Amino acid sequence: MARVDLAIIGAGPAGMAAAKMAADKGLSVCILDEQPRAGGQIYRDVDRVAPLRGDLLGKDYTEGRALTQGLGAPGITHLAGAVVWAIEEGPRLACTQVGKGALIDARHVLLATGALERPMPVPGWTLPGVMAAGAGQILLKQSGVLARRAVLVGAGPLLYLIAAQMVRAGTPPLAMVETQTRNDFTGALRHLGGALRGWRYLLNGLGLLNEIRRAGVVRHTGAHSIAITGAGRAEAVEFIAGGKAHSIACDTVFLHHGVVPNTQAARSVGVPHRWDAAQHCFVPELDGWGGTSVEYLHIAGDGAAIGGAKVAAIAGRLAALDIAARLGAIKTATRDSEAVPLRRALDGELAVRPFLDTAYPPLPEALSPADKTVICRCEEVTAGDIRGYARLGCIGPNQTKAFGRAGMGPCQGRYCGLSVTQILAEENRQSHDATGYYRIRPPLKPVTLGELAAMDDGAGAAE
Amino acid sequence: MEADYTIIGGGVVGLSIAWGLLNKGRRVIVLDGEDGSFRASRGNFGLVWVQSKGMAQPRYARWSQTSAAAWRGFADRLGDATGRDVGLEQNGGYDLHFSEESLAARVKDYEGLKARLGGDYPYEVLGQNALHKEEPGIGPKVVGAILHHQDGHANPLRLLRALADDVRRRGGRVLTGRMVTDVTNAALFTVTCADGTVVRSTKMILSAGLGAMTLGPRLGFIAPIRAQRGQVLITEKLPKMINRPSLIARQVDEGGIQIGATNEEVGLDDRVTQPGLSGLAAKAIAAFPALARAQLVRSWGALRVLSPDGLPIYQQSDTMPGAYLVTCHSGITLAAAHATILPEWLEGTDKAPDLEVFSEQRFAV
Amino acid sequence: MNNALPFEDLGEGRSLVAVTFQGQDLRLPEGANLAAALLAAGITTFRHTAESGAPRGPFCMMGACFDCLVEVDGISRQACMMEVSEGLNLNMPAVGER
Repeated sequence: MARVDLAIIGAGPAGMAAAKMAADKGLSVCILDEQPRAGGQIYRDVDRVAPLRGDLLGKDYTEGRALTQGLGAPGITHLAGAVVWAIEEGPRLACTQVGKGALIDARHVLLATGALERPMPVPGWTLPGVMAAGAGQILLKQSGVLARRAVLVGAGPLLYLIAAQMVRAGTPPLAMVETQTRNDFTGALRHLGGALRGWRYLLNGLGLLNEIRRAGVVRHTGAHSIAITGAGRAEAVEFIAGGKAHSIACDTVFLHHGVVPNTQAARSVGVPHRWDAAQHCFVPELDGWGGTSVEYLHIAGDGAAIGGAKVAAIAGRLAALDIAARLGAIKTATRDSEAVPLRRALDGELAVRPFLDTAYPPLPEALSPADKTVICRCEEVTAGDIRGYARLGCIGPNQTKAFGRAGMGPCQGRYCGLSVTQILAEENRQSHDATGYYRIRPPLKPVTLGELAAMDDGAGAAE
Repeated sequence: MEADYTIIGGGVVGLSIAWGLLNKGRRVIVLDGEDGSFRASRGNFGLVWVQSKGMAQPRYARWSQTSAAAWRGFADRLGDATGRDVGLEQNGGYDLHFSEESLAARVKDYEGLKARLGGDYPYEVLGQNALHKEEPGIGPKVVGAILHHQDGHANPLRLLRALADDVRRRGGRVLTGRMVTDVTNAALFTVTCADGTVVRSTKMILSAGLGAMTLGPRLGFIAPIRAQRGQVLITEKLPKMINRPSLIARQVDEGGIQIGATNEEVGLDDRVTQPGLSGLAAKAIAAFPALARAQLVRSWGALRVLSPDGLPIYQQSDTMPGAYLVTCHSGITLAAAHATILPEWLEGTDKAPDLEVFSEQRFAV
Repeated sequence: MNNALPFEDLGEGRSLVAVTFQGQDLRLPEGANLAAALLAAGITTFRHTAESGAPRGPFCMMGACFDCLVEVDGISRQACMMEVSEGLNLNMPAVGER
């Protein structure tokens, strides 16, 4: 492929909105996404699925079609099923598509790689049958596959959404084991002013809660001491709530205590990140347009900071405007004037976040798990192992990785990185920023040696 | 804080020496750098290797042989003390060849070295069939190999961890996250770190890898070292498919296939590159065709610590007597020598090895 | 429909094709997400870990966690990133002999 003006990684709301905006400004755009069809996780497969079960999934899902349709604009190439495994100087993307490697040259790159579920390491979370709540939603959205006997565990609006969708599908969850406490809610009330500006979100949330209640789903709140038990697969969720020990037999457990930016790609090119105490995760350091210290790179959407789909789409458009201005397609004045209504909309959409972040905080016992709990799923490293490495002088995650392999598996630390940072920060009594994060390197996703070798032109050979 | 020795650099080289000095009853403080420092100890290929070393300097070949011979005892002691195996295997290693010419040329070199070593250079040449019997996974492009019986490999990360553990167990004080800012020498050496840590000792050892580029000259050393990048690949964990290590690929004890390595003069740039990775993958597949289906899960660039002739440097400072520079490319191979023999030299005992050939004299012009 | 299975397939009217998993014959909806289709067919353990041999199944369903790895034509791949096609021959990935 000839060099494109803008390569976008990720065809979720941020990437799709940015692609359309950039193309409208005259840029040639290549948008790459791992999935066979556009939508990202929130609008997963929306074009195909909306007619099938849009009623069940709701308007917040089906309206994603406006964005997928935008990808039909002239000037946009959508590479589906394309896995980007390296971002190099140039900029140049190395990707693999249908088992074949390719290189894509661009003048600028926008990362729109979205969010990951915040890892929720509780005892038993690696058992088959235990999944991220987002996975449950993806199963329902993309495949129409529904867990028959599921318990939802954790905190946050996504849990209510998936519960309500399960109710609508006729298979409500057996129970909701919610970890937020009354104190969390009381604390959140100081953000009520902002929350009321985001009243649509609150109303939506109340509607979901009503659906769940009417279906008779049991809700436990303030749950803690959570463990999933079973021989070779999930068979029950055990927890304490209301001062009482509970055990609920089930086949499937959906875990959720928030989502965090997927920072792998940004870290791989050295974008500095900082700890966001409110969202309890690392976020890339960005200017007001999503620009980074790497001159060819912008970031938009949940990969920049968690804001949800609507925020992501707006951030994607803002980034596209700035990129178009930088590449000389529009004047700076045009960028600025077109950004005004976008920024106003952004403020409105973000107003509810402080309330939600405070009302549904991450579960402390899953941020800093008990010694025996596995935190690195790939290499089966426990929280206690990491604490032991801290006693051996490890001050950062790269040394614990060398000592105990946490973060060395195929997931590249996506599901243990924040846990390791948290544990080391506590053990060494230093800040999250001082503790740092894994050095992320290519391949961002595994790639076969055969594919790699097929890209060898002989110039880079050893010796 | 006071000790007999301050060791600047807590990688495999520094910790091996610390371990050896502790065994001799010395009090040792190790100052180690930051989580993100350049660390050859975390990025190396894990070979305990003899062949091809010291082609122009038999004393280096001999030193490597000495260390390889001491490795088993060293590994066992570490393993016993920490309860964790460092994965040492010394069943020989290969130099794989893709052409008869290169194989013949290498054999000729080895014969020369063998003569200079008094015949102690146990290797054999395996033709295609013989090699295939030893390594069923080998591909048809490999025409033969030199199997050197003194070669082997270990798990370098387990070694690093075992040393970090056992040095503490033996009473060593290892301070991590310390960047040395100043060294003075009066009655004692006084080493000051960026965080305000101050340690004093009778002697000090600079084993800070590339850190010696800046610290070395301030202690009176030439320290003519440079970084050379090696890109390394590792696959997902696979069933056993490679029996003995080679410079191209080895199967680590956890199951992954480690593939190495580029030799690139790019200064302090430790990134990987697609052309680098692709070239290494192509060569590994040429050697072991089944690797084409293996998933690459990690890659990294690590910086070799090289002197102009590639040999180690063991040097006492002229201007600051009691300060020693220890630096080498092969910290894993030489770990056993550093742990068991080098302390005699540092202590000046009658068992001290003659390391004159590794002094900085050879760079003085 | 087997109500004892942990997952229920709402059905999309896809035609079924023959797939094997660890030698077991399955009929799965063509073009469906492979991990979802296997779950709906009652398969919950997709692989065992190399380290402890513990069983694993899909966790994230979005290509991030690598717990749903299956072996296809000798290559380990994420089931959640694949679609069902006729004749797929799936196995748990071989992970060494620890």
